[in-house]
Order: sequence, then C-alpha cells, then structure tokens
Amino acid sequence: MNWLTIVVVILSIVLIIAAVFAVYQKDLLLAVIGTSAVSVVLSVLFYILQAPDVALTEAAIGVALTTIIFVITIKKTKRFEE
Amino acid sequence: MRKVIAILLLFIIGYYSLDVLLKIPFGESAGGVGKHYLESTIKETGAVNSVTAIVVSYRGFDTLGEVTVLFLAATGLGAILYDKKAKKRALQNASVIVKTSSKIIYPLIALLGAYVFVHGHLTPGGGFQGGAIIATGVLLMFISYRSFETNHKALSIIESLAGMTFVTIGFAGLIYGTSFLQNILPFGIPGELFSAGIIPLIYIAVGFKVGAELTALLDNLLKTIK
Repeated sequence: MNWLTIVVVILSIVLIIAAVFAVYQKDLLLAVIGTSAVSVVLSVLFYILQAPDVALTEAAIGVALTTIIFVITIKKTKRFEE
Repeated sequence: MRKVIAILLLFIIGYYSLDVLLKIPFGESAGGVGKHYLESTIKETGAVNSVTAIVVSYRGFDTLGEVTVLFLAATGLGAILYDKKAKKRALQNASVIVKTSSKIIYPLIALLGAYVFVHGHLTPGGGFQGGAIIATGVLLMFISYRSFETNHKALSIIESLAGMTFVTIGFAGLIYGTSFLQNILPFGIPGELFSAGIIPLIYIAVGFKVGAELTALLDNLLKTIK
C-alpha cells in the first residue's frame, strides 16, 4: 500500500468525523469550527489529488470567509440550537 | 415502519452508487475533451496553466457571468444592510501580540494575493483565489484593529473600473477579432509573465474586483455587530 493512499484514507476519515461533528453539535459556534476543519482537510485532499487551483479557493473561501460570515450571523442570532 | 423503509432505501441507493463508482477508474485520464484541452491549451491560448486557459479563454463568457453573480450578491447584501449613519465596528481591540503580528503579516498576505492573480496563467490560482486571499488579509486587520477603516468610495470605484475593463476587453475582441472575448493580443513565449494575450489582463481585473467586493462585504457585515 502506497503511503500517499494511507494519508488520503486518514484525511478522509478525519473529514467525515468533522462533518458528522458539525451536523450533530448543538453549540453552533463549535459546529461552524467543524465545517471550517472540513474545509482545511478538504483543501489538503484537493492538493494531493492534483487540483491546486481548487485547493487555493477552498482554503481562502471555506476556511476564512465562510467561517467569519457564519460567526457574525451566530453573534447576531442565537448560539445554541434547541 | 417508516424507518425500516428509509434504511432499506438507503442501502439500495448506496449499493448501486458504489457499484457504479467502483467501475469508474479513479484518477486516470478518461480521454475525450479533457485530453484535447491538456494537449492543445499552450498552442491555442498561450497559457501554461490549463485550468486558467479553460476558465478565462475557452469559458470566458461563463466567468463574466460568475463575476456578475458575485457583484449582484455583494450589491444585494449592501442594500439590505444599508444604513444612513456611518457606523463603527463595535469589536474590541485585539491583544498586543495579535496587533503587532497582523501588522507584519497583512502586507505579505496582500502581496501573496497579488502574486496569485498576476501569475494566474502560469501557476495555480487566479483572479478569484487572489481576490479572496486579499480579502482575508483585510479581515485580519479588521478584527485586530478597531480603527482600521477602508474607503468605501474607492472600493466601489475599483470594483466598477475592474468590471468595465473585463467587458471592454471582451468588446475589443468583437471589434478587432471575430467574437466576444477573443484573444486578440499576441501570445508571446509560453511560460513568461507577459504571455497568453488577454488572459492575465482579465485575471488582474477579476482579482481587483473580487478583492474589493469581498472587502466591502466583510466591512458591511462586521459593522452590523453591536
């Protein structure tokens, strides 16, 4: 088994765990951080799969801009899901 | 009962999706139009980065549509959040460490963004990525300094000029060539900074436009926090 394949499998497992965490978390701030972690792992995966253009977009938009927009929205609404 | 049916349906869908997905070779060239693009982008557009060649040259009109969508989204948000009184951000100043380091990092992030969109036809990246990187740099300054202000008038002027440049280059192709957004400038030597005709010009315009739009959007949003 190639070492790159092992890295891809580990990253995919982390990706799925972070995504499930983001869905089931009642504290929305933590859920937003979970989606941001999904974006970080996803941009590394895109880079490994030879799509650096997409990786750059995912890193800039998914990690920074989307997260801050969600954080502002949570600040203006409620933090906990009922 | 409904849960059992749902689980059963999920298994059926999962089984057939897996069956189809396993038959597609992963990461191999499928040939067809993708092969044509990879083989002939340098000859046909002069750009080394074939993704940029597809986004700006072969599908340039779609990129104009995307830029328009982003412009409309930013304008709509600005209209919703419009307030006559000039507001201040109510965030606290960050700690000394964050302030000092963000002051050092901010110009470097802006430089990286400019590099990414100027070299869009040579290295990975382009106008959208570069503009987004610049916006994240400005965001860092927004959340570390309460007094850091952007000039909204200048931002909207940059945005309009960049959009007009894009459309003007498109019409130049119509006037001096045969179609909208045709690559009328000489291609030059592939791999050099001044090559690939209109592609770097369009990506510089898109980079300025996206950077200005996202910066204004973030500023508008951050000012709504009380």
